[in-house]
Amino acid sequence: MTDVVQIAIRSDSDIVMVRQQARALAKELGFSASDLTLIATALSELARNIVEYAQQGEIILSQIKQGELRGLVIVARDSGPGIADIERAMLDGYSTGKGLGLGLPGAKRLMDEFEITSCAGQGTTIKATKWVH
Amino acid sequence: MKTPILKQGPYLIASLQAEQSDTDLLELQEVLVEQVGRFRSRGVILDVTLLDVMDSFATRTLRNMAQAIRLRGAETIIVGIRPEIAFAMVQLGLDVRLSGVQTTLDLEEALAILDRQRQEGMCRD
Repeated sequence: MTDVVQIAIRSDSDIVMVRQQARALAKELGFSASDLTLIATALSELARNIVEYAQQGEIILSQIKQGELRGLVIVARDSGPGIADIERAMLDGYSTGKGLGLGLPGAKRLMDEFEITSCAGQGTTIKATKWVH
Repeated sequence: MKTPILKQGPYLIASLQAEQSDTDLLELQEVLVEQVGRFRSRGVILDVTLLDVMDSFATRTLRNMAQAIRLRGAETIIVGIRPEIAFAMVQLGLDVRLSGVQTTLDLEEALAILDRQRQEGMCRD
């Protein structure tokens, strides 16, 4: 069982691929069918942001165990333009791109933990975790 | 991956595949809007039963598709949103974005609604 998977994100077909990989990893951890869909949806939003704003980046999926707790960690990283105003980017309906502006705040709601680090001109790193309940 | 489209009388039925990419969806949008005119279709059914996720891109594209199809004179119904997909959509706030587009649980109901709408349309004419 591989517990870390690193996937380069360059096009919309990579978005589909990363969803499949995450489903497989999350299934091994024992997530419910509805949690698998929540994870795949959040991941889809994060991967699409990479393609749309940074053109390319990577997503690292890993399984973690903390005592009795098991979870899936998603790290989405790019060296794109970065997010100038993180607070606004986390607001529903705010978008500088062509989207609905629900991607980041939505992904945060779908996951249990969500951290975002970004500086204008230096790219963005998002770490999101979902625990098996 | 091409999305299969069936012609059923005055309706078109598109079965979205499990791993649909953004490009596939945009292609489907173009093909459907064109086919509605070519076949003089009165309704389009988008079957999303197999879809693995319905994220913001898919939601926006399906809504745009429905609006463009309406401008071409046909109605669109989305069929088969699975429970876990519905739940994820609500959490993402996507349910509101899809409002205005009819949804039904199954194909049978969708066909019945389209038939009824056609009959009402004929009575008005």
